[in-house]
Amino acid sequence: MVLVAAMAGVLLLIGYFLGLAFFGSAMGGLVVALLVWGIMTAVAFFQGDNIFLAMSKAKKIERDDHPRLYNIVEEMKIASGLEYMPAIYIIDDPAMNAFATGRDPKRASVAVTSGLLQKLNRDELQGVIGHELAHIKNRDVLLMTLCGVLLGTIVMISWYMMHMLFWGGMFGGRRSSGGGGGGHVIVLVIGLALMILAPIFARLIYFAVSRKREYLADASSAQYTRYPEGLASALEKLASSKIQLQSANQALAPMYITNPFRKKGRAASDLSSTHPPISERVRILRSMGGGASFADYDNAYAKIHKGGGSVMPASALAGASAVGLRSAEPEPGKMERVRETSDLMWRMNNYKTINCDCGTKLKVPPKFQKANVKCPHCGRINPL
Amino acid sequence: MTAVYIIIGIVALALLFVVATYNGLIRLRNQMENAWAQIDVQLKRRHNLIPNLVNTVKGYAAHERETLEAVTNARNVAQGAVGKGVGAQSKAESVLSGALSRLLVVVESYPDLKANQNFLALQEELTSTENKIAFSRQFYNDSVLSYNNKTHMFPSNIIAGMTGFKEGEFFETETPAEREVPQVSFG
Repeated sequence: MVLVAAMAGVLLLIGYFLGLAFFGSAMGGLVVALLVWGIMTAVAFFQGDNIFLAMSKAKKIERDDHPRLYNIVEEMKIASGLEYMPAIYIIDDPAMNAFATGRDPKRASVAVTSGLLQKLNRDELQGVIGHELAHIKNRDVLLMTLCGVLLGTIVMISWYMMHMLFWGGMFGGRRSSGGGGGGHVIVLVIGLALMILAPIFARLIYFAVSRKREYLADASSAQYTRYPEGLASALEKLASSKIQLQSANQALAPMYITNPFRKKGRAASDLSSTHPPISERVRILRSMGGGASFADYDNAYAKIHKGGGSVMPASALAGASAVGLRSAEPEPGKMERVRETSDLMWRMNNYKTINCDCGTKLKVPPKFQKANVKCPHCGRINPL
Repeated sequence: MTAVYIIIGIVALALLFVVATYNGLIRLRNQMENAWAQIDVQLKRRHNLIPNLVNTVKGYAAHERETLEAVTNARNVAQGAVGKGVGAQSKAESVLSGALSRLLVVVESYPDLKANQNFLALQEELTSTENKIAFSRQFYNDSVLSYNNKTHMFPSNIIAGMTGFKEGEFFETETPAEREVPQVSFG
């Protein structure tokens, strides 16, 4: 919360100097900054989830499309105590990732890639979904949207200020030079410094907020599932996958389970990332010492960061009680998972599936015109 | 005059505190009752799944009659215990859980059954329902804990006592596997 306030402070500061430098009054700049911010927030607040889902080419699924995924989401909904069932979306992408969106728990959505469905077993998927529902439950979507918009506004205003300074600065300077020329120069210098520094500061704050919420979501997932190993092993699989998500979105990055813009060989304590390093998240989850509560997570975090420190908000730790673990689930075969997911993808692209008597599954494209289709295996004619 | 203002201020603060505490208690009690309703929904779902499961297994493993009968009986007892209070119900349900897990172990030795699409779908439903029961119980017990803490701790216990808030009852499990690891953490 302190960090968000700091970010808003940066915005106001930049608005203040914008006003001093170009409009001749601080108020004017503040009003412009707040107006731009207000409009952007309103758009993000009311349409944000639809825009994100459309941009990532996610398709909504129902219970019968993938009963296991639906069940897992429902399980995590129950464990987290959310009142409403989130909508479930699938992204047809071999990369492994998942994200949550929606401004409040009433109209939330989770999206997973088909690659994730294929490669994770039940426990791992549960851990990932638990992490995403924790983002919803903790209202991170709203928080990160607000922070993202704040960041966007700061970047935008700085950029325009920069342009105004170079192309119209002389004009503005001449107009107000009747007052005190020296004072105006100082204002311009501070303004210039702000223009360069503000976006950088805002970005660092934004990333710090995001990383904190990631830790909290990991800890919540462990608490919901009572099985930190599920998420740990899922994260490991995600880390080893080399495929990048095709339709990822910069603004949405904090909502993904792992950073979709991850580059190779990043330093472990990189400040300019929305997510903590995966290896560290896995290590914390695995050092929870047989417990699954927030306190266990916090202790594990302190153990790994030798200097100690705490990542959990005090309010979360206060109500925490000792929490035991459960054992692993038996998992369905890998082949079945692959087949199940590919069948789902065919169906979602409006292909019809026909079971031929010889045991072959025929997938008929939506544009297919004829009334019958011949099985390529046995030559039987199947009616559509 | 100042004394009067001070007294009025204290009374106003005390009233505010009473109202806030009372509302907090109500909120926690509602959360607890909702959580209990959730468990009920999932338990009913399990009761409805069992006849279907028993019939499917019967087709492949008819001579596991004893195990199947144990499941059916436990289900009937559990269904009879619905509405007889948290204690009776949790006891009957844990017997049913035990019988079901025995059945799922027995099934392991029937590869034909395990390849049956219908059975696989049922198994996923059952696994998920078991999970949902466990998760709703987990959330219910967490809710009971925070509600009970509030009714016992000073000063909210005074208001709880005056306005008749009763202690919530935990949904206990009797299966040894679930009880064996007592975790103590001094965070």
